[in-house]
Amino acid sequence: MVTCLGDMFYPEVGERIVRLLRRLGVTVEFPAGQTCCGLPLFNSGHHAEAAAVARRTVSLFDGAEHVVVPSGSCAWMVKHEYPGLMADAAGRAAAERVSARTSELSQFLVNTLGRRRFHSAVEGPITYHDSCHLLRGLHESQSPRTLLRDLAGARFVELAGADECCGFGGSFSVRLPAVSTAILDKKLANVEASGATCVVACDAGCLMQMRGGLSRRGSRVRALHLAEVLDPDRDAS
Amino acid sequence: MSDGDLATPFRERATRALGDRFLQEALTIATTKFITLRQEAFGDYPEGEALRDRARAIKEATLQHLDEHLERLIDNVERRGGHVHYASTAEDARRIVLDIARQSGARLAVKSKSMATEEIHLNEALQAAGVTPIETDLGEYIIQLAHERPSHIIAPAIHKTKGQVAELFARELKRETRPDPEMLTRIAREELREKFLQADLGITGANFAVAETGTVVLVTNEGNGRMATSLPRVHVAVMGVEKVVPSMTDLAVFLAILAKSATGQKLSVYTSLVDGPRRGGELEGPEEFHLVLLDNGRIKQIAGTLREALYCLRCGACLNVCPVYRQIGGHAYGYTYPGPIGILLTAMLEGPASVKDLAHASSLCGACADACPVRIDIPRMLIELRKDVADKRIAPWSERLVFGAFGWLLRHPRLYRLGAPIARLLQRPFTRGGRIQRLPLFFGSWTRTRDLPPVAARTFQERWAELERSR
Repeated sequence: MVTCLGDMFYPEVGERIVRLLRRLGVTVEFPAGQTCCGLPLFNSGHHAEAAAVARRTVSLFDGAEHVVVPSGSCAWMVKHEYPGLMADAAGRAAAERVSARTSELSQFLVNTLGRRRFHSAVEGPITYHDSCHLLRGLHESQSPRTLLRDLAGARFVELAGADECCGFGGSFSVRLPAVSTAILDKKLANVEASGATCVVACDAGCLMQMRGGLSRRGSRVRALHLAEVLDPDRDAS
Repeated sequence: MSDGDLATPFRERATRALGDRFLQEALTIATTKFITLRQEAFGDYPEGEALRDRARAIKEATLQHLDEHLERLIDNVERRGGHVHYASTAEDARRIVLDIARQSGARLAVKSKSMATEEIHLNEALQAAGVTPIETDLGEYIIQLAHERPSHIIAPAIHKTKGQVAELFARELKRETRPDPEMLTRIAREELREKFLQADLGITGANFAVAETGTVVLVTNEGNGRMATSLPRVHVAVMGVEKVVPSMTDLAVFLAILAKSATGQKLSVYTSLVDGPRRGGELEGPEEFHLVLLDNGRIKQIAGTLREALYCLRCGACLNVCPVYRQIGGHAYGYTYPGPIGILLTAMLEGPASVKDLAHASSLCGACADACPVRIDIPRMLIELRKDVADKRIAPWSERLVFGAFGWLLRHPRLYRLGAPIARLLQRPFTRGGRIQRLPLFFGSWTRTRDLPPVAARTFQERWAELERSR
């Protein structure tokens, strides 16, 4: 699943993931007709629309052995919310099947494939921002850190307040832009104080928010997706 | 009924708070301190996690049979010589307290900190009836002097710096002051001591009431709760009906996690167990004790979408960790209860229309649910409230139109894919050096403070055929 933001704004992330997974021996399929997982609809309370979108997405992915999502919030939506949105038993069963097979990228690499050693595609130091849905929704804080700590060729540094929200929150970022930006400023101050030259996140929403802020303030720090720091062509293990 | 300046839209109230330098300073210091203290307290307490589960289970089970627990509580309070009153609404509760004040001829009431009495706007009612209420919790005392409302559930004056408090004391109490917490506390103590001795009425809330014994439990740090319940002739406790716990054993579970969640203390300095009026042979305690059980929309929610909000212990942990609260403070929310839990409680007390904007005052980051001692799933209920606001057509038609169209588009992939070329056309005049810095209309909400990436020259979907061939 490429996710809507990934498709439109960060296609190179998707491309790298395909290259990486193929080199690791995974057959990558891309079901045609993907749009968005429906999380924005769900979070804003438009559940009937979200359910219709969920039903479509489930039918697109029902045949897959694994569904890999490069974004914690979208993965959370599929895993956590899809089954509950289905009114009928068959729909629910299908959603549960897809839910059980879905994982966020770092989880898939570390837990499913058992691959932890990669070469860095960037110069360090690297720090990591916990996306809220990945951390508190999917209770995942270790897989991305494992990958970054073991990364050959770049040093990992912890970020102060790594588990604090970046202020994105989907429509929150435009409903309350001033508050969203104030939260972001705090995050970016921590990022800049960490001494890292790039901050990694596993969510397209956080990346859009942090990149938007870093680029506006003319910072030299880059916000990158996990897939952008894992070299897809070199083996480190 | 609501507080503050609700004529101003929430978005503006929030923006104003962001620009308040004193508020920003005070909020950062206080919430950061609370967060650290809470983490340390639970870090030193491995059994804490299991106790949180236990506490939640007790709340769940108690609400299942709330009527029985309340009956038992009432029987036991009455058996010990206390009076119990039931208030369906805030107005009922005010009337009950005023009747008690009138019958006892009270002119001066000392109060220990209570959100329930804030909720029913008791101070204004007392004042209007000729009874002077004096807040005796230091924070509450400060904001009463400043003619403000609490901005935090447990730290009502969290929005004030010590410098501001010193100025306030100098102005209102005509005392010489310095911005020194110890000195300020001593001044408040001297002022309040007299009031305790003069007061005819002591008014408190209740953190818990134990059904099996009829005991009202007050958790305080300043000892003012003990003074308010033992010195005046009459004691009235106002308590939300959901605060009843079945037994003393249950109480111990809550006491073990409440102060840790609130202030990071192992226990609060004082835990006062109030067992009704003074009996023969006892040296202290009031002659009369009244317990006011407050419904005010709670009972209806036992079977409602906000049920879990009834588990709330009012510890304030969710406020301290909330990125939105930490930026805007409590007053910007506009109602008695601020922060994430406050949005739910406001919806409970004032109805869903009152939170049509507030329900969106959250990035749904989930830090609140993580910090909550009884694990209330606040983000989940905020989403439910948003749903309620959307379903009942309280949300503006423009929003319903946008989301309706978006939802439709997501189900029509061919049209959805047309979005990229259209966006590429439209974004052309705004794109400079691979970023968009200024967009008109609604999009300006993003670009005023942040750059936006342009839609890629080729989306992933547009690249896939090639990727597929290169396999």
